[in-house]
Amino acid sequence: MSIVSVKDLKKSYNKGKTQALKGVSFEVEPGEIFGLIGPDGAGKTSLFRILTTLILADSGSAKVDGHDVVKEYKTIRQHIGYMPGRFSLYQDMTVEENLSFFATVFNTTIEENYHLVEDIYKQIEPFKTRRAGKLSGGMKQKLALSCALIHAPHVLFLDEPTTGVDPVSRKEFWDMLQRLKRNFNLSIIVSTPYMDEAVQCDRIALIQAGSFLTIDTPQSIISNYTETLWAVCSNQMHKLLNDLRNINGIKTAFAFGENHHATVDTTVLTIDSLKAQLAIMGHRNIFINEVEPSIEDCFMNLQK
Amino acid sequence: MKALKYLLVKEYKQMFRNRLLPIIFILLPVAMMNMVPRVATQEVKNLNMAVIDCDHSTLSSRLTQKLSSSGFFNLYATCNNYKEAYDLLERGDIDFIITIEDNFEKNLYRTGGAQVMVTVNAVNGMKGGLGNSYLTQIVMQYAQELNIEAGLSVKRPVKVEPRYLFNPTIDYKPYMIPALIAMTLVLLVGFLPALNVVGEKERGTIEQINVTPVGRIEFILSKMIPYWSVGIFIVAFSMILAWKIHGVVPAGSIPLVFLFNVIYIFVISSLGLTISNYSENMRQAAIVMFFFIVIFILTSGLISPISSMPDWAKEVTRLNPLRYIITAMREIYLKGSTFSQLITQFVPLCLYGIIASTWAIISFQKNN
Repeated sequence: MSIVSVKDLKKSYNKGKTQALKGVSFEVEPGEIFGLIGPDGAGKTSLFRILTTLILADSGSAKVDGHDVVKEYKTIRQHIGYMPGRFSLYQDMTVEENLSFFATVFNTTIEENYHLVEDIYKQIEPFKTRRAGKLSGGMKQKLALSCALIHAPHVLFLDEPTTGVDPVSRKEFWDMLQRLKRNFNLSIIVSTPYMDEAVQCDRIALIQAGSFLTIDTPQSIISNYTETLWAVCSNQMHKLLNDLRNINGIKTAFAFGENHHATVDTTVLTIDSLKAQLAIMGHRNIFINEVEPSIEDCFMNLQK
Repeated sequence: MKALKYLLVKEYKQMFRNRLLPIIFILLPVAMMNMVPRVATQEVKNLNMAVIDCDHSTLSSRLTQKLSSSGFFNLYATCNNYKEAYDLLERGDIDFIITIEDNFEKNLYRTGGAQVMVTVNAVNGMKGGLGNSYLTQIVMQYAQELNIEAGLSVKRPVKVEPRYLFNPTIDYKPYMIPALIAMTLVLLVGFLPALNVVGEKERGTIEQINVTPVGRIEFILSKMIPYWSVGIFIVAFSMILAWKIHGVVPAGSIPLVFLFNVIYIFVISSLGLTISNYSENMRQAAIVMFFFIVIFILTSGLISPISSMPDWAKEVTRLNPLRYIITAMREIYLKGSTFSQLITQFVPLCLYGIIASTWAIISFQKNN
């Protein structure tokens, strides 16, 4: 049985003017890390807020841990952990006070579930008498995760946990999630705008403007990518993007880090012929090579 | 309801960890009880006058002396003509011009009557009106003195001898203090819990609470109970201050004072919560709260008596919870009224409490 199942969920704001969710459906299996990946404003937070029983959907149904999010919201609240995108613990209380407060409102104690948070809490325990507001970003996040875990939830909802966190802490955070999954068979639903984090998830849903583009494992999303992808760079990167889009045989071109990624119709273009065309257009130091697609390339390809 | 205990522990911790709040809880009643009754007095004193003595006689200068020794008036200047005095009045230096007519003494001896013109600066209506009546009284007294000296024991046809009930010395303090207690409460118990709830909304911590099994009623109670207890502390503390500083104690029963204040605390905290439910952030809540507090205070009878308001305004003040508590507190403090005599204040206050708390709970559920 799936731990979260969502059917045709719709949500709109401003009396229907802004459609945040245009009917999404998915299932999450127990012990799975499920990633919701998409840009800001794609509807990730709305979906989280519906699943965590904070807001009501306009239509459709959702079950979390086998309970309906509308009718049995009270039961659900006992068994989920939620970490909102914004740090929302009590800044004027200490690390320890926050943790024990959230333990007690769930009618449990730190000791009872210490094994769950031990791995994470150990890292911030030296600062347990420090007020939460005075912690660094990475420590705040560890505390928030500890507080979301302290009542031994069946499902963990993490809304953009890695936004605004440095790359090292991001990596650490994902390692913690992997350990939680491995050691406690915890189901985790996590959203992120960072495409490179997709590979950390067992399955991902690419979400764009309130609809899912695809739901699959990251590996099969990449293997389903059939286009030929070239990374192109020259001395005039901005002009290059416009020029690429005007060249016959280039299907799409978009900026990707320090290169531009272009999907190509190989029956029309070769790397050398493209190089020649770009040179005529005035580009110098042209480098073109074929690259393996990433999730971001898949996302760009799917969203057109 | 199990979580309520832990929520309360958290609230009290946060309240006393706040650098400002505990200081305010002590300082505001001290300021209100110590300073305001002395400052916010409606007694008129130290009125400045200018005298134009056209007569320059013994009798006219005795009148001037009598006026300036009364304690109400300062002789600011002696002017030679009306224009000179009027300039002073225009500049705001003086409040009154007393013009003693030419031949004042002569006329008095000859005809038994003389004229004094009083010009009043009525920009401040109360000051002008009260000052004028003091002045008239002094002049009348003087006239009587002169009559007696002249051996004429002419009795005034009607002699008015006032007896001031409940406040024999017309001391302003026992009148203001009970009302000031109610005002301190509206600031601390109306304002602060409202800001506290909106603060949780603004910081997003309410999200984290909402995904826990903590119920809405539990959450509201955890916000209200600390402030209720602070409110009761403030009533007791203010009463002690009023007693120690000004010697003002209620003529009626102290438990009755608390009964009324407990209901009143309930009413204003519910109002504050209702406002917080409709506010997105602390600034909004504070502005709306401030608007209500100003209107409530001005129409409560704290400053100007309700009985002298226009009829429509009298009806509007019925919507003001401050009106009932201030009336009740004054009645208990000054007249020693009993519960049955205050039932007309008690019932509306209770009704207000029921309506405000219901509204607060409904709006809380709708907006979260």
